[in-house]
Amino acid sequence: MSTVATRAAFYTKDLSVYYGEKQAVKKIGMEFPDREVVALIGPSGCGKSTFLRSLNRMNDLIPGARIEGEVWINDQNICDPRTDVVQLRQQIGMVWQRPNPFHKSIYENIAFGARYHGIKDKKALDAIVEQALRKTALWDEVKDRLNQSALALSGGQQQRLCIARSVAVRPSILLMDEPASALDPVSTAKIEELIAELKKEYTIVIVTHNMHQAARVSDRTAFFFLGDLVEYDDTRTIFTNPSRKSTDDYISGRFG
Amino acid sequence: MVVRKEFDIGLEQLQQMLVEMGNHVERALAESMEALATLDVERARAIVKEDPKLNQIEEKIADLGAKLIATQQPVAKDLRRILIAFKISSDLERMGDLSVDIAKVVLRLEGQTLVKPLLDLPRMSDMVRVMIQESIRSYIDENVDLAYKMAKDDDQVDALYSQILRELFSLMAENPKTVGQAMYLCFVGRYIERIADHATNIGENVVYLVIGKRPDLNQ
Repeated sequence: MSTVATRAAFYTKDLSVYYGEKQAVKKIGMEFPDREVVALIGPSGCGKSTFLRSLNRMNDLIPGARIEGEVWINDQNICDPRTDVVQLRQQIGMVWQRPNPFHKSIYENIAFGARYHGIKDKKALDAIVEQALRKTALWDEVKDRLNQSALALSGGQQQRLCIARSVAVRPSILLMDEPASALDPVSTAKIEELIAELKKEYTIVIVTHNMHQAARVSDRTAFFFLGDLVEYDDTRTIFTNPSRKSTDDYISGRFG
Repeated sequence: MVVRKEFDIGLEQLQQMLVEMGNHVERALAESMEALATLDVERARAIVKEDPKLNQIEEKIADLGAKLIATQQPVAKDLRRILIAFKISSDLERMGDLSVDIAKVVLRLEGQTLVKPLLDLPRMSDMVRVMIQESIRSYIDENVDLAYKMAKDDDQVDALYSQILRELFSLMAENPKTVGQAMYLCFVGRYIERIADHATNIGENVVYLVIGKRPDLNQ
């Protein structure tokens, strides 16, 4: 099943992912509208995280994982083996469930990616660090201790730092795998606020187990079940009047 | 693990209270029309006295619905189920008020005799009582066809109401002494007609519950 959006930032075509013999994601065709938030929901093991990770080839790192089908970004099929995955992951950032800052200073966490991509000038790096921290609403909280270890930050701050680290390399797409599931309610609210802010510049795909988070932060929602895309529609439609009974049953807590 | 037991119990309670309201309204309409046919003032007073019970159930529905929204964060059909419970209870409460208005007409006609035997008003009220039953039945069974059928019933009620008005206007023109009572009987017709509209609203809410879209059955 595929749904056509008006302005697609990228799209998948017949995308399947296998772990050995097992097909975890089954021929998914989805369009991701430019600068919108798409939430992927579904019970554990439904393939949503596998699908998310295949959007920037993170599954390459999993032994036995194999992708079939296509992911098209800027007229390029990133599933093509010739794709430069380092460049790809600069373009498509990833934020994980648990904050994973480097064991370095706050400043170095942000500057790392930019340096890796060739920026050496101190002033330019300073500007990138400040801009990334401002974008993630962290600047005021950390500007006086940029050289302290990132590990000294709270969990919520660490997660925003990881998002800042992603945006510092100027991606166009951000993938988030349950970015707030390990955080307290206030930190969660800050992440959700941040997502609303970031979508002005980035296309965001978020996997979440929190139904109400999906309802709050996303423009469109996709319901996955047993590797299939069951329903993909405006978030408002999915949460008020989904077409499929299994979608209704899942979001109403009748299974999963 | 799926934890919905308490939620499902709450939804069931909402439905039971709405059915109770529906039964109350149908009874109140039947009794107020009987009181009118015999100008039985005592019976009319009893109907007026019963009305606060209906308001109390409506408040209970509002409280329980608010609690379920706050604690269960319902979505999709569950959410619609609660939203329509608010609306249906409000319709039923108004239907109860209109039945009481008929009983109050009986109180105003105390000591008089009817200027004509009532034929069409009881017939109209019987039709509307069937509509009340149908509205509750369509709600319990989530029967969209029955909800749409009520729109046609409502057209018949409207036609009968127009006929009743014409006859009462003729009566008033022929015999101006009947004007006072005949005006009240016009009001009764109007009250019954409004009850039918509210029953049709309930049908609309049933359609919204089942298919998620709002039809206009009251056109």
